[in-house]
Amino acid sequence: MLERFARWETALVALLVLVAVVGQIRTGGAFLDGGNLFYLGLDIGEVALIALPLTLVVVSGEIDLSVASVLGLSSAVIGELWDAGWTLEAILPTVIVLGAVCGAVNGLLVTRLGLPSLAVTIGTLALYRGLALVVLGDRAVADFPSSFTDFGTTPVPGTWLPWPILLCAVLAVAFAVILHSSSFGRSVYAIGSNEEGARFSGIRVKRVKLTLFVLTGAMSALAGIVYTFRFSSARADNGVGLELAVVAAVLLGGVSIFGGRGTLGGVLAGVLLLGGLRNVLILDDVSTEILTVVTGLLLLVSVLAPALTARVRTSSTGRRSP
Amino acid sequence: MTTVAPSRARRIADLVGRARELGIVVALALVIIPTAFVNPRFVEAQGIRDLLLNASVVAVLAAGQTLVVVTRNVDLSVGSTLGLSAFLTAQTFADHPDTPIVLGLLVGVGVGLVCGVVNGLLVAVGRVPSLVVTLGTLYVFRGVDFALAQGTQINASNLPDELLDLGNGRLFGVPVLVLITLAVVAAAALYLRSYRSGRDLYAIGSNPEAAVLAGIPVPRRVFTAFLLSGAVAGLAGALWVARYGTVDAAAGTGLELQVVAAVVVGGVAIFGGSGTVVGAALGALLLGTIASCLVVLRIPAFWQQAISGALLIGAITVDRLLALRLARELRGRSDHDA
Amino acid sequence: MDLPQEQPLVVLDRVSKSFGAVAALTDVTLALAPGEAHALLGENGAGKSTLIKTLAGVHRPDSGRVLVDGAETRFSGPADARAAGIAVIYQEPMLFGDLSIAENVYTGRQPLKTGRRIDTKAMHAHTAALFDRLGVALDPVRPARGLSIADQQVVEIAKALSFDARVVVMDEPTAALSAREVDRLFDVVKVLRAQGTAVLFVSHRLDEVFALCQRATVLRDGKHVWDGALEGETPDGLVRRMVGRELSALFPKQDTTAGEVLLDVRRLTREGVFTDVSFQVRAGEIVGLSGLVGAGRSEVARAVFGIDSVDAGEVRVNGKALKLGSPTAAMASGIGFVPEDRRQQGLVVDASVERNVALASLGRLSRFGLLSRGAERRLAQDWAIKLSIKTARLGAPAATLSGGNQQKVVLAKWLSRRPSVLIVDEPTRGIDVGTKAEVHRLLSELAGEGVAVLMISSELPEVLGMADRVLVMHEGRLVDDIPRADATEERVALAAAGRPGVVS
Repeated sequence: MLERFARWETALVALLVLVAVVGQIRTGGAFLDGGNLFYLGLDIGEVALIALPLTLVVVSGEIDLSVASVLGLSSAVIGELWDAGWTLEAILPTVIVLGAVCGAVNGLLVTRLGLPSLAVTIGTLALYRGLALVVLGDRAVADFPSSFTDFGTTPVPGTWLPWPILLCAVLAVAFAVILHSSSFGRSVYAIGSNEEGARFSGIRVKRVKLTLFVLTGAMSALAGIVYTFRFSSARADNGVGLELAVVAAVLLGGVSIFGGRGTLGGVLAGVLLLGGLRNVLILDDVSTEILTVVTGLLLLVSVLAPALTARVRTSSTGRRSP
Repeated sequence: MTTVAPSRARRIADLVGRARELGIVVALALVIIPTAFVNPRFVEAQGIRDLLLNASVVAVLAAGQTLVVVTRNVDLSVGSTLGLSAFLTAQTFADHPDTPIVLGLLVGVGVGLVCGVVNGLLVAVGRVPSLVVTLGTLYVFRGVDFALAQGTQINASNLPDELLDLGNGRLFGVPVLVLITLAVVAAAALYLRSYRSGRDLYAIGSNPEAAVLAGIPVPRRVFTAFLLSGAVAGLAGALWVARYGTVDAAAGTGLELQVVAAVVVGGVAIFGGSGTVVGAALGALLLGTIASCLVVLRIPAFWQQAISGALLIGAITVDRLLALRLARELRGRSDHDA
Repeated sequence: MDLPQEQPLVVLDRVSKSFGAVAALTDVTLALAPGEAHALLGENGAGKSTLIKTLAGVHRPDSGRVLVDGAETRFSGPADARAAGIAVIYQEPMLFGDLSIAENVYTGRQPLKTGRRIDTKAMHAHTAALFDRLGVALDPVRPARGLSIADQQVVEIAKALSFDARVVVMDEPTAALSAREVDRLFDVVKVLRAQGTAVLFVSHRLDEVFALCQRATVLRDGKHVWDGALEGETPDGLVRRMVGRELSALFPKQDTTAGEVLLDVRRLTREGVFTDVSFQVRAGEIVGLSGLVGAGRSEVARAVFGIDSVDAGEVRVNGKALKLGSPTAAMASGIGFVPEDRRQQGLVVDASVERNVALASLGRLSRFGLLSRGAERRLAQDWAIKLSIKTARLGAPAATLSGGNQQKVVLAKWLSRRPSVLIVDEPTRGIDVGTKAEVHRLLSELAGEGVAVLMISSELPEVLGMADRVLVMHEGRLVDDIPRADATEERVALAAAGRPGVVS
């Protein structure tokens, strides 16, 4: 199993290199230019931030489709509270807590009532986006001080690295340690592979899942903050449809939709690949519509490939014994 | 085993089955009656016609979606299929104004069929979970739509009047579009209730493993469900053109969520095996009616989305609690029998 | 082989079937004649289910022939087997819970009226008529969800009748049935036989086999060992053929003196599942928990370990009250639990052997939440040697191990926690004889070290050989507590059937 996913991740990195090389050639060297990399980084920031916790959620065998709506809700609340005269120092922690609460609602519905996370988070996708609209309507709040918006629009001094990417990098290390080197991460894999077996081994399945949903909510709110400052604009419709990009990146990164398999490194490669591809296509003046098609196809290939190889293997060795 | 136990269990199960459709009717009354007090015109003929018209496209899509959901699958690509079909139908009429209406509608259905075939093959033959497949084709179909449209928009002035009449005309005082919707819902309901292959869809969703052992051709049936869902979404695309007269590549974006919400609110279990097309259509009507009421009551339309989401969650929560209660009842009974 | 006089309805002729490297069936021959009830015997893992699934068209044999009415036939799926008149009733029937009983009987073959529409009325009437023939009262209109196992089997039998099945295969149909339900089932089987149907009857209960069947086939390790008429045979003789060795050689429980009470279960009740269950297990004691499948044995174990909640009662471990409903609390108090279903509950089969061994010890292997892989590996190595787990490497997925070695991994997972109370549910189900003896020796050694062992087992010889005391459950209640000296096969079996203490 491990070898296969190692191969999948190798393939992803190879694809990344290919995209970079082709991009470099097609754009006459503009792709790997520091300025362009800066924009590439900005562009993938939110997706990367949300993909980190969502990876854990999918490894545990669940899904959260409400992430982009939590992003929108947090953006709307930032705008509304700023208009109401709060300071950003007070607003930002409030918004993160709000995101955690949104995640807790998802998590409690899934763990306490035993509802399927797909249905729950399709519901809260509509609910949280709706609440964002209720909070801010169709207004846009844009008069944030540059000391904050700079965070979303300038590089770390002396580099081409955008601040959000630095934040992502730090958090990515933290999440990688949690998933791959902690007993909590081990529990997440066990739950995703065999929830009943995990329960019979004394793992607190409900508590682990609830934690993952809360974490995802908080990180989505953080992505909402980044998004708001990047565009210097708090709007209720910020990040509409972003959940698809995040889910696509996670699955493309080799995480099994059935749970139990996948690595954070693979997901980061998936995020970079999608972002890089998009960037190259934009530089190359290819319409973004083609990108939509490519994203969809990559997503299909990423799930079809393991399914087909598994089938070839089972048909050659016979079916699993009863 | 006694004769008392089964009939009691049956009564509870019946109650659970019917509670949903009754519940929606009650909910409809609860939103319509106060609104009617505020604005009596809401329940006049024109008001009712508008209500039904607004719900019809989602109701058609919900009918198709029900076929897929009872098999324990989901089709998230219906919004994109509708968009693609709407654009191609409109383009056909714009390029060939003499196209007979029926032929034009068939173009829409054909586009939908192709989309359904793609989904069905990937799910049934590729054995990839439908959630992921249709999430992918949601992107792909929409991207193809944008690529074909190249940013153009087709307006009512480019479309034949007969088509627009279809969207806004009436037959015996009932909008034609509503009649078509009723026909689709009735056909899907009849198929699911009274045909062997329709019943197979429930069996597959109820217990996939047992369905294989019972000799049901599971992949073929699942393929058919996606095919039909695609075809229905294609038809909905053509109807969309007739109703709105203006089409660009973004038509129907995000509609899949409304459809899934309508289906689930209408009592179709998201994990398959139970639910009716009529319930799903009523779910679509309820969501559409709430939207209309908000307008009449001058509540900002922003509330609409939050309400759909809350309804969806409320619906699955109630279902779950009822199912738990039913299970407890039956556990108690079987103990008593033993 | 000894063929029956008449032309057999169905013959499996030297059939072999492997899964990967594991040979499930090797050259097995079986013939079923009209009107006979034929017993298929063998220990768990002997290949009975593979044979049944071959008859059902689920598995295709790698070699050998399937003959129906003397003509070679190939089943490309369950539908073909059914068309050939073969019906299989699984131990836990697979019904469609959302559909009505009548629809379950007529899945895919519903009676039609004009326009190929389903004639629901006729379907209900036909189903009611089938139940009349079987002499049972079930409402064809109610959904199948919530039916008792016995009623579900009746639905399956009605289904078999509805397509005039000539061969009915029953896979341990009586395992979860009460005595009354078994009688009813036997009456139904007699009706079937009178109609010339062949019945293949799989059961562990030899008394039932002798009561119902005329002929038998015995499998061992996937091979055909014996077949013939049952007349003149004895249960002991059949068991010897199934096991292939003398019984006494298997169970080496050493005598120990029981110490303090470590597990004290008081008036435990889970409504509709088990009622008022009280017992104690002392240090150094192996207590067998016997009874029929479905009597509530595993359910009591699950409740003690906190998997399921209870409605009343308490559990004390080592004198201290245990917080119920929490596996974590149970583990902290010193309970270990080797569950019934190894692949589903005992292991995470996709994960490696070492991860499985460490899974219940994650807290102890971590510092500040960070897992030490070195410690994890050392733990796994240590126990792999102690229990002589045979695996190519500890990083290999548990799924690649044989059943016996998988069970050792589960045992290692719990023993590495040094439990004071160990609950084992069907510890030797489906594992080879050699490993079985190792597991028995291990349990005996643990008891010798002062661990309190509660052993649930459906194998009577195992219980009688290993246990210091035998508790017997019947329909959710503890009905007998038999000391080792008085524990005979007859007494335990009678208690399990709801007639405790009749012998003594």
